[in-house]
Amino acid sequence: MKKFAVQDHDLVPPHILLSPEEAEQVLQQYGVEARQLPKIHVSDPVAKEIGAKVGDVIKVLRISPTARQAVFYRLVID
Amino acid sequence: MSLSEEQREQISGLGLPQSIQEALLDGLENEQFTKAQFDEVIGQVKSDYDHAGVEPCEAVGVIAAQSIGEPGTQMTMRTFHYAGVAEINVTLGLPRLIEIVDARKIPSTPTMTIRLEPDYARDRDLAREVAWAIESTSILHLGSIATDLAEMNVLIELNHEALAQRKITDEEVAETLRSETGLAVEMRDGMLVMAPEEPSYRELLQLVEKIKRLSLKGIDGIKRVVIRKEGDEYVLYTEGSALKEVLEFEGVDPARTKTNNINEIGEVLGIEAARNAIINEATDTLREQGLSVDVRHIMLVADIMTCDGEVKQIGRHGVSGEKASVLARAAFEVTVNHILDAAVRGDIDDLRGVTENVIVGQPIQLGTGDVQLVAKRRDEVIQ
Repeated sequence: MKKFAVQDHDLVPPHILLSPEEAEQVLQQYGVEARQLPKIHVSDPVAKEIGAKVGDVIKVLRISPTARQAVFYRLVID
Repeated sequence: MSLSEEQREQISGLGLPQSIQEALLDGLENEQFTKAQFDEVIGQVKSDYDHAGVEPCEAVGVIAAQSIGEPGTQMTMRTFHYAGVAEINVTLGLPRLIEIVDARKIPSTPTMTIRLEPDYARDRDLAREVAWAIESTSILHLGSIATDLAEMNVLIELNHEALAQRKITDEEVAETLRSETGLAVEMRDGMLVMAPEEPSYRELLQLVEKIKRLSLKGIDGIKRVVIRKEGDEYVLYTEGSALKEVLEFEGVDPARTKTNNINEIGEVLGIEAARNAIINEATDTLREQGLSVDVRHIMLVADIMTCDGEVKQIGRHGVSGEKASVLARAAFEVTVNHILDAAVRGDIDDLRGVTENVIVGQPIQLGTGDVQLVAKRRDEVIQ
């Protein structure tokens, strides 16, 4: 059986795990609290793959049909 | 004259989306212009971009609802289409669109589009082998089944050509039957013979039905697989969906294989993939009906449906049911329940949203209505 990385799938945009400092910077930039960010479950296949823990912030580099690339952030929740 | 490093930086510093930046760079490359002309061009692009943006406090959700709803009225109410030549039945039109925004656990016609790895995709025989390995094989694919009432036996005659084609031996069939039914299977003159525990007519018929339903090979739930040539590659279409299992099959290209079951994509590939799937499925459904809706509206719907980390529906059990305001929820569906529950709990409505302010007859907090003005009295100003 072959191993397949979820992030290699066409439908999955690149997910980047941010360090606490980087996450803090993002929150400062947008002037929001972490709980106001969109969420991602810690059990999400991609979150598992990149080893995210509850409370981490994940940066998603979406491929947008209008802007080509759009940056999106998600807070890892239980 | 080509662009200087400084000018490139100036463009990337404008805060424009990547697509516009690239278009701007493409347009300026190899053109003759002075510094003043350059400034005028990028100034104009920037101001046009800002002008095209949505105003603060604009009710984008309502606009998205209208923009998808109006073309929706022109959609076919009931369509059962055959997707091209491969006779796979898929729900299209309005029922499909409703299914997408309702985030149904299982769509009415689940189907997968399986793309194959290069070696398999160009060879029809290899593609067919993958198809047979995936398709759920029942006893009726492999031969015929009969009952002998005198002996109270079930007789299974296997077709050896079919066995060879599907790469399964009669021993394997016998073994599966043995383990699934818990009964003895005898081989007699090239036939498999089975007898029910009690020699009764009813038991015999029940055993036949049970054997017919058994999946001997392939993925249970994949009722049919058809092969279609697209461009220079063979693509498999299935009736029934089991993405997780299929991604692990030899010969399947896991990166390009997908299903129309959005919840399944969410489980196997994650929430961001589910969002992309919602956008793709909704756009395809609308386009198939000859309707064009701006993708931004669909993106907004997909964002709202996936912002909590799981796919939730636009409706009573999802987006609308999670509104903070009691009155807004009551105005949507099951009015009495919401008001009764709120009364029991002693809920407070802050009257921040649109619906609740319309109900009580106040200006809504949207657009210009969201701007709070505090004016100084004239006499104060003069002093």
